[in-house]
Amino acid sequence: MLSRTADNLYWIARYMERADTVARLLEVGSRISLLPSAQGYRSEWDSLLQATGMAHAFAQKYGETVQRNIESFLFFDRDNPSSIASCITAARENGRIVRTALTSQVWDALNTAFQELRQLEREERSKLELSRLTDWTMRHAAMLRGAIDATLLRDDGFNFLNIGYYLERGDNTARLMDVKYYVLLPRIDFVGSGLDNYQWTTLLRAMGAQRAFHWAYGGDVTAMKIADFLIRNPQSPRSLATCTAGLMNHLGRLAKAYGRETEAQDKARSLAAGIESATVEAIFDEGLHEFLTRYIAEAAQLANAIHDAYLSGEMR
Amino acid sequence: MTQFNEMYQGAEVRLPYARLKDWVAQMPQELRSLKQAEAEALFRRIGITFAVYGEGGDPDRLIPFDMFPRVFSGSEWARLERGIKQRARALNAFLVDVYGRGEIIRAGRIPARLVYQNEAYEKAVAGFVPPKGVYSHIVGVDIVRTGPDDFYVLEDNCRTPSGVSYMLESREIMMRMFPDLFRENRIEPVDTYSEKLRRTLSSVAPAKCKDEPTVVILTPGHFNSAYYEHSLLADLMGVELVEGQDLFVDGEYVWMRTTEGPQRVDVIYRRIDDAYLDPLCFRPDSMLGIPGLMDVYRSGGVSICSAPGAGVADDKAVYTYVPDMVRFYLGEEPILQNVPTWQCGRDEDLKYVLANLPDLVVKEVHGSGGYGMLVGPKASRDEIERFRLKLTEGPGNYIAQPTLALSTVPTFVEEGVAPRHVDLRPYCLVGERIELVPGGLTRVALKEGSLVVNSSQGGGVKDTWVLAE
Repeated sequence: MLSRTADNLYWIARYMERADTVARLLEVGSRISLLPSAQGYRSEWDSLLQATGMAHAFAQKYGETVQRNIESFLFFDRDNPSSIASCITAARENGRIVRTALTSQVWDALNTAFQELRQLEREERSKLELSRLTDWTMRHAAMLRGAIDATLLRDDGFNFLNIGYYLERGDNTARLMDVKYYVLLPRIDFVGSGLDNYQWTTLLRAMGAQRAFHWAYGGDVTAMKIADFLIRNPQSPRSLATCTAGLMNHLGRLAKAYGRETEAQDKARSLAAGIESATVEAIFDEGLHEFLTRYIAEAAQLANAIHDAYLSGEMR
Repeated sequence: MTQFNEMYQGAEVRLPYARLKDWVAQMPQELRSLKQAEAEALFRRIGITFAVYGEGGDPDRLIPFDMFPRVFSGSEWARLERGIKQRARALNAFLVDVYGRGEIIRAGRIPARLVYQNEAYEKAVAGFVPPKGVYSHIVGVDIVRTGPDDFYVLEDNCRTPSGVSYMLESREIMMRMFPDLFRENRIEPVDTYSEKLRRTLSSVAPAKCKDEPTVVILTPGHFNSAYYEHSLLADLMGVELVEGQDLFVDGEYVWMRTTEGPQRVDVIYRRIDDAYLDPLCFRPDSMLGIPGLMDVYRSGGVSICSAPGAGVADDKAVYTYVPDMVRFYLGEEPILQNVPTWQCGRDEDLKYVLANLPDLVVKEVHGSGGYGMLVGPKASRDEIERFRLKLTEGPGNYIAQPTLALSTVPTFVEEGVAPRHVDLRPYCLVGERIELVPGGLTRVALKEGSLVVNSSQGGGVKDTWVLAE
């Protein structure tokens, strides 16, 4: 298939997954903001902006971290390339370019999200509950995912879509965890406090995994268990282990179909091996933040390798 | 001026439309509204929209679709088909000639200036004969009708005529909405177009290509107003839809960038203008083109459809000479007539045009899409005076034609059914063989009395039927 087509498919998946994550972040933020505050540490919203990597851009445009501004910035703001509106628009635009590589149901899912977004943008802001916006986003992300799984031919295009999904999801999981650990708990004595647990629970909730977690682990919520669930547990749909396994699978299928391996397969294998071989104890010894930073950097290198091997069209 | 309504002969319904009389009479108003809404939803759903440049507003605007079909009998069509194919052959013979020895000019049948000083004449391909001697592989001939047997060619489109997607989709939608109509009438299918197009393009692959040729469609990109059509044709033919950035030149061939490495390309059906094809040969600032493409083309490494330079045959000033081309190259009498045309660049013609502006249609020689034209009988005095000034300043830029009494076809309008003016664009395919699917794009001027059918000026489309004999 054309490299540019593969690139468009890959970005459809990345943008929709990103929109989904931003919606989850917004949900976490609003939930935490319902808690009594005045504990004296930094606002929750700050940490969420850090997670999107857009804290600086936000401060420049809006200044103070007021919830309403953050909602605008993360949902509607077209100047923010990671806002839900920007992501859905970009995903649909990528889809429009490769219409013929999509089934009508996949296109329908993308196009409907975009058309409804335009309606939302015309509605009066004060009438839009945040929960309605986040539910709406997650529903459309799920509809697209469902249309892809149910109707798309299992060819190379399908693999590129999935590679986009897994790369983005792994990156998002790592960033969400990192922000919770690093920004919220700068001082070690907070770790293990009741508040700490509550925030971890909220994190699970954001990933739609709170119940799943309890089924899988039982007992008290501890940092160790959550780290195991979100990093190493192959049952968890958003864990790094699940994401790297997905990447290995789809890159493996490409290598088989094309009859050759590239640097991307090497990098995916070593990324997966790094997750599999690390015990939770070892991760905490190294430092969760250090571990996650390393994962994010290596995943970015993998993304570059995929780009060079398949998406750039430079491969000879 | 009496206008020919294609459905009637006096009070009698003409034979091709016989069954449509009951169909429309028996359709209740509610059903009609329902079907119209259904058609619109289908068009929007498949994404067949049309962007109008410089208008702002909705970039995904729909072209209005009228459900009342336009019908030709088998014998009417047979004559049209002969005329169109004849014209397509003559135009291609002309192109090979003017990029070769220029016999028609030596014979004094067409002025050298009109050809060699024409902006569309590409010096870069002089002396080059494309595979099978075909320059224009898809010839769109715009035809109007003024009476039962009177057809006139309004203009030829030898470069990249668009609109064929409307022919295909209008038919799909009509068959879906009114299957009974298709059972009752024996209507020739048009969906063979994509297969015929693929065969035509493959048949002009360069001699160097020994295997099944790789065909691609080259599009300016998804912001182009005809992008939907480009992607539909690519999909129907099962070929890649590429942009300039997807192709590159290496050695004596053109390659496309794929996830499996470079793949050789043999035939490029381009939907971009000559000027943007190759920045090394034409416009150096083109971001759309492929550097080095023309060198590969001239050395027989790739075919380009339509061939660069084909535009010189569909210039509005050259148009006047097409009947002469038919006589000169084919030794036949033209089956389809031209609309009588005055060349404002000629003194005596200009004099006539200026004296009769309120009765004439004046067009820019290089204009398209119904922009920059004057429809005398519909124009205000101010507009006429403005055109008079333009004509005196640059007469060579204009041609003028009489206002034809264009035929009408019944059309669904607010108040019911009323006659509206139509034209016709069939798409003639020229490769190893010359082929024409029975049908085309019928454009309809939806405004009462309007003669301008262009979609940018409020025109719509109809399904075009050719009945099997």
